[in-house]
Amino acid sequence: MTEAAPQTLEGLLGAALGPMALSMVRSRDEVVVEIGRTNIREACRRAKLDPSLDVDYLRCLSGVDYPDRFEVVYHLYSTRKRHRVVFKVRLPKENPTVDSVTQVWRGANWHEREATDMFGIRFTGHPDPRTLLLMEGQEDHPLLKSFRLAELRKTY
Amino acid sequence: MIEPKLQTVDMMLNMGPQHPATHGLFRMVLTVDGERIVDCQPHLGYLHRGVEKLSENLPYEHVLTLLDRSDYVCAFNNEWPYVIALEKLMGVSVPERAEYIRIIMAELNRIANHMLFYGSFGADAGALTPFLYAFREREYIQSVFEAVSGARMMHNYFRVGGVREDVPPDFERRMAELIPKLRRGIEECDELLSRNEVLIARTRGVGIISAEDAMDYGMSGPSLRASGPAIDLRKTEPYSVYDQFDFDIPVGQRGDTYDRYILRIEEMRQSLRIVEQALEKMPAGRIRARVPRIVRPRPGEAYARCENPRGDFGVYVVAMGGDRAYRMKVRSPAFCNLMALPHLLRGSYVADVVLILGSLDICLGEVDR
Amino acid sequence: MYGLIDAFIRCVLVLAFLLLNVLFMIWALRKFLGHIQMRLGPMRTGWHGWLQSVADAIKLLSKEDLLPENADRWAFQIAPVLVVVPAIMVYVAIPFTDFFYIRAMELGLFYIMAISSFSILGFIIAGWGSANKYALLGAARSGAQLVSYELPLVLAVLGVAMVTGSLNLMEIVQQQSPVPFVVLQPLGLALFITAALAEVNQTPFDIPVSEQELVGGLLVEYSGIRWGFFYFSEFINVITLSALAAILFLGGWSWPWIPAGGWAAQLVGFGWFIGKVYGFVLLVFWLRGTLPRLRVDQLMTFAWRLLIPLAFLNLFITGLAMVTTPWILALGWLALLGYFYAVASVQGRL
Repeated sequence: MTEAAPQTLEGLLGAALGPMALSMVRSRDEVVVEIGRTNIREACRRAKLDPSLDVDYLRCLSGVDYPDRFEVVYHLYSTRKRHRVVFKVRLPKENPTVDSVTQVWRGANWHEREATDMFGIRFTGHPDPRTLLLMEGQEDHPLLKSFRLAELRKTY
Repeated sequence: MIEPKLQTVDMMLNMGPQHPATHGLFRMVLTVDGERIVDCQPHLGYLHRGVEKLSENLPYEHVLTLLDRSDYVCAFNNEWPYVIALEKLMGVSVPERAEYIRIIMAELNRIANHMLFYGSFGADAGALTPFLYAFREREYIQSVFEAVSGARMMHNYFRVGGVREDVPPDFERRMAELIPKLRRGIEECDELLSRNEVLIARTRGVGIISAEDAMDYGMSGPSLRASGPAIDLRKTEPYSVYDQFDFDIPVGQRGDTYDRYILRIEEMRQSLRIVEQALEKMPAGRIRARVPRIVRPRPGEAYARCENPRGDFGVYVVAMGGDRAYRMKVRSPAFCNLMALPHLLRGSYVADVVLILGSLDICLGEVDR
Repeated sequence: MYGLIDAFIRCVLVLAFLLLNVLFMIWALRKFLGHIQMRLGPMRTGWHGWLQSVADAIKLLSKEDLLPENADRWAFQIAPVLVVVPAIMVYVAIPFTDFFYIRAMELGLFYIMAISSFSILGFIIAGWGSANKYALLGAARSGAQLVSYELPLVLAVLGVAMVTGSLNLMEIVQQQSPVPFVVLQPLGLALFITAALAEVNQTPFDIPVSEQELVGGLLVEYSGIRWGFFYFSEFINVITLSALAAILFLGGWSWPWIPAGGWAAQLVGFGWFIGKVYGFVLLVFWLRGTLPRLRVDQLMTFAWRLLIPLAFLNLFITGLAMVTTPWILALGWLALLGYFYAVASVQGRL
């Protein structure tokens, strides 16, 4: 089936992930699942290998800097089942480390390197954790809210 | 059995940031053994301009200009997912006329981008003439862009809820002149290069990637479709009014450089079909929904994706009230396609590097943002 | 004494001829390529840009003489000389008409083939002396290419030598009076053109010199007039290949018709010769504007697995024709068709 009814996708996710899924919300055309920090690699693996979920495509991996936490957002897609899943992981500010999912999808490689550059989030088990977009040896993480750009003076 | 007693060391060859054939500021450190490539380390970031950070400090409508410039060749296709994401957040529905105008502009931009690809691909292979033929076609398209949006390249034309202004009164006449020219131009460009024995010898069987590997790397667009999977967001996850159009998705069989090249030529023809159908069906009406002057979406998140000429271009917007985004992440297809470059290059010749890189059709502005 | 002055004057005339032709050819190449590519080419330096070559020469002469720091100084400086001098020395044996030549050597063809091989040394030394990995790769490719394509070149020319029974270029032209050798050695002409294109680094075989993947390849560290020498020698080589093709296969100055004698014969003969030379030169330019370039391993495969067997086949047919009847040479036309078929059937076409 190409159009998964909401209950079915959420049901499938619930069945495959079990207690690893801390919360599940349907948002427009995708299902957003919050996963615990220590379980993310296993959750991704199950999502990829489970034949009813069959999430074979990692679309995007973003970091977000909230006032009280970091969040790593995984936008996933199944090319055969045509459903969209979003995994979110909350990371504490003082220790933003999480498992790398490059072992599940090789396409996570550069996205994770970029998140490390921009936020300082460390991905354990990443095969090549070098700087990607910033200069070698640059220590600041530009996308943190604490890194301020020069302010533009409002003239309108 | 004679054991070779020579000590050989693999040579490190630097295809530095300044190189005529890397399509932008891009550095590859190649480890070569004679003519064969053993390893490749891409170094990015020479063109990183901080689009995502800037978008947190600029009002929503101003960010459109940043996205125009991230991938400067496909400007219309880059603005689109951003405005779709904002429309999702604000619950705005776009009037039909605006959708058709958007589709026409985006498809013309696809043809323009593929023409640029075709020209630079030929130039990388050593044929300098198709480059100029391709740019002639681009000039025709760009003069239409200038008439519609005021700019040849960075258009700043799409808006939340529609487009900035209506097409000029002579638009029908311009398109009626343009479409036959483009059709002839595409056939001419195809004839110049596609069946040339030297080009075929240089691109067949070069830089092969299997469908599973390509999907694992997150590749998209013609680079993915050349390996087999018929995944085109206009058909698999239709957005705008693409489901009302009749067009085909060209798919390759071998996943080599030649397939990636010939697929884009075929896509140009399909885009022309879409443009013709859109011109016929375009209704009259508003070109922009009623949207407040300063865009303030409700707090929430949205992810929107469109089929860029290079692949799956996605924008993830996190809004927390106010007139600026809290976070905007750009998922650029060239970035993900480029991830597969070491896999593609391992085992091929130094002379193939430029062609394989060219066949991925990257734009460094989009890779680095 | 008279002989020395005579030789000196002839040399000066030939050098002047070469210089003028190269200047003209540089301009012609740019205009020709421009028009193929739907643009105008040089338009500002004189009427339709005819002074462009002069402008280029002045620019090159006025550039700083750069020497890379790690470069081997003597190798770097001697390489352009090693490339240009053999290219010009070849003209000692090439006759333009039956009066305008430097020397009619008995072993003219042998001399030409031998001397032109010297430039290979120049290219390799250029690549080595540049202390640059790109140049080194370019030199390695260049050496391999030039050595591989010597064989089909010499074998193709050998067919002509067998038919005439002489290596003297004057005799070769004189024996083509009723029938030019292109009729008797069609495969020879095709092989000669292909192998000669590779010998002079022209498209589709121009990998060592002008390539996008190795930024300028072999000559990446050369600038100014040193680079100008290489460029100059490239055009001279194109003229040499065209002149040889005209002499060996198209009857030089005497075919199809010259008047009986005197100045008219010289002028008409020279006119035919120049016409044929420029016909081939335009062919080279045309290929430059339309074809992509071959990868180096494909180039080697092309030489060793297609051209050399075909060259031996040509020799075999010619030899058979010499001991039996000349009509066997018609098999050469069949072999030529086979050559075209082999090229066209690359990778799926045909």
